[in-house]
Amino acid sequence: MKALYLTLLLAPAFSFSAEGPPRVSAQQFVDLQQGNTDFPGFRRAHAKGICVSGEFRANGQLADYSKASLFKTGATPFTGRLSIAGNNPTAPDLKAPVRSMALSFASSRTEQWRLAMNTPPVMAVADPHTFYQQIQAIQAGPAAVKQFFAAHPESSEFLTWAGQYQATGSFAAETYYSINAFYLVNADGKQQAVRWAMQPTVSVAATDLTAPDALQQEIAARIAADQVVFDWVFTLADATDDENNPTKAWPDSRQQIIAGQLVLTGTTPQLEGDCHAINFDPLVLPDGIKATADPILRARSAAYAESYRRRAKEQLQGALEGSNNE
Amino acid sequence: MSNTDRFSLSMRLFHWGMAALVLSMVAAGLLMVTSLQTWQLTLLNIHKAFGVVAILLVTARLINRLQHKLPALPDELADWQKTVAKASHWLLYILLFAMPVSGYLMQYFAGRPVDVFGWFRLPAALQVDIYNYALFRELHGWLALALIGMIALHIGAALHHHFIRKDNVLKSML
Ligand code: HEM
Ligand code: HEM
Repeated sequence: MKALYLTLLLAPAFSFSAEGPPRVSAQQFVDLQQGNTDFPGFRRAHAKGICVSGEFRANGQLADYSKASLFKTGATPFTGRLSIAGNNPTAPDLKAPVRSMALSFASSRTEQWRLAMNTPPVMAVADPHTFYQQIQAIQAGPAAVKQFFAAHPESSEFLTWAGQYQATGSFAAETYYSINAFYLVNADGKQQAVRWAMQPTVSVAATDLTAPDALQQEIAARIAADQVVFDWVFTLADATDDENNPTKAWPDSRQQIIAGQLVLTGTTPQLEGDCHAINFDPLVLPDGIKATADPILRARSAAYAESYRRRAKEQLQGALEGSNNE
Repeated sequence: MSNTDRFSLSMRLFHWGMAALVLSMVAAGLLMVTSLQTWQLTLLNIHKAFGVVAILLVTARLINRLQHKLPALPDELADWQKTVAKASHWLLYILLFAMPVSGYLMQYFAGRPVDVFGWFRLPAALQVDIYNYALFRELHGWLALALIGMIALHIGAALHHHFIRKDNVLKSML
């Protein structure tokens, strides 16, 4: 009897330690992201970016799936940010392997929605602790990266994507993916797992751009000349798809719904615009959207909060005073 | 025991109910700011919703307290000790208000509406104010440390009364 109790008690402890990498905290994660160079007042990840503004024009197609007011036919303004991955706010735009789009919809005082999307459609790994090791490998160099991917077969879809991805010559011509899945909840309480993508409506070749701020200059000029439009495309999971695993894409045959168009009409340098103050934590959700249990998604809130806390405190202490975006 | 040897039933219920709530809030707060586990989001939402419960409870408790006669402190205590005891209790009340208020204002200025058990949402600013967010975020953290310190002193004092002075102070709250 005693032995049985002991096994029951200890089994979870052993199975915990037996599987998976060592657990890291939000603080350790953000320490790793920020690295050894300090850029006080800036994001610890995706530090370089430009504010964008515009509106989402819903066509009503998604209103039966989600009660979020945003999806009713009509326009909702947003504050957004186009950025590149990395901790350095002055890094050269064209060197970054990942480009990003973040959006904040402040529909009302009680309904807000933040989105942060990247160019890869899937993650290489399925949990934050393994992701930590992936970043360590990236920081250690190509040999470590090779070894890391060899030890992580779940990264195969990501590697296939990376092998064929061609960076374009504009933020306007990239596709930005939610990567993580969410649930849409409709007025009857029915839940549907979805992923989404912002699909570009222009194509721009990766031309002879060279300047460190090439992408920012390009998008500012492009939007000054004319609005930039993306289709907001939702992919609906089927019962056989795993909404909690961000390393696996869902089959192309899944139903897709275009919810409307995202229209970008203005840009502002990040330190002069409204986007810098925002924590684009993708777990700030309106009524009608719910988080899945995807371990990567669930890890984001605490990490973003830690980065936000650090940079907000630095800003309160005057870190960005007198600096512009140069 | 006569009426004023002991705190009234309502005051005792408020005291132990809030003690359990506040200790859980502190534990939840400290856990959720470090954890990357899947339950972090759930704990964060529970923390905020129960934080809203806490401010309602502390308000009701204060009103209740003002309507009741309290047991007198033991005569053996020096005047300065009585003053310190009373001041520490008021400081605890102030912290019990300041914790949820700073927590809510931090969320307000960060533009994050607070969902209370799915029943309703507390409003947030439409335009994020990072300076005020930073101020109230840091305050929430510092006040939490002050609260933890005060709770430790409070428990220490109660045990001191009971086991060393062997007076009626701890019993009056049981
Ligand atoms: C465990 C996984 C992840 C962690 C720990 C993490 C961490 C972070 C942190 C700390 C920030 C800076 C936040 C701030 O100070 O405002 C950030 C920004 C960002 N992240 Fe993640 N991230 C994760 C996964 C992802 C994924 C899957 C995506 C894309 C789908 C993503 C897209 C972004 C974007 C677009 C930004 C910049 C948002 C902005 O413009 O402010 N992240 N991330
Ligand atoms: C009796 C009331 C409360 C107590 C004792 C309490 C305690 C705590 C503690 C100990 C922490 C960790 C502090 C740190 O790491 O600096 C914390 C964090 C936090 N609290 Fe509270 N809290 C209370 C009420 C509230 C309320 C009402 C809200 C919001 C509506 C709230 C929102 C938060 C948030 C969002 C964090 C984490 C912030 C971050 O991740 O940056 N708290 N709380």
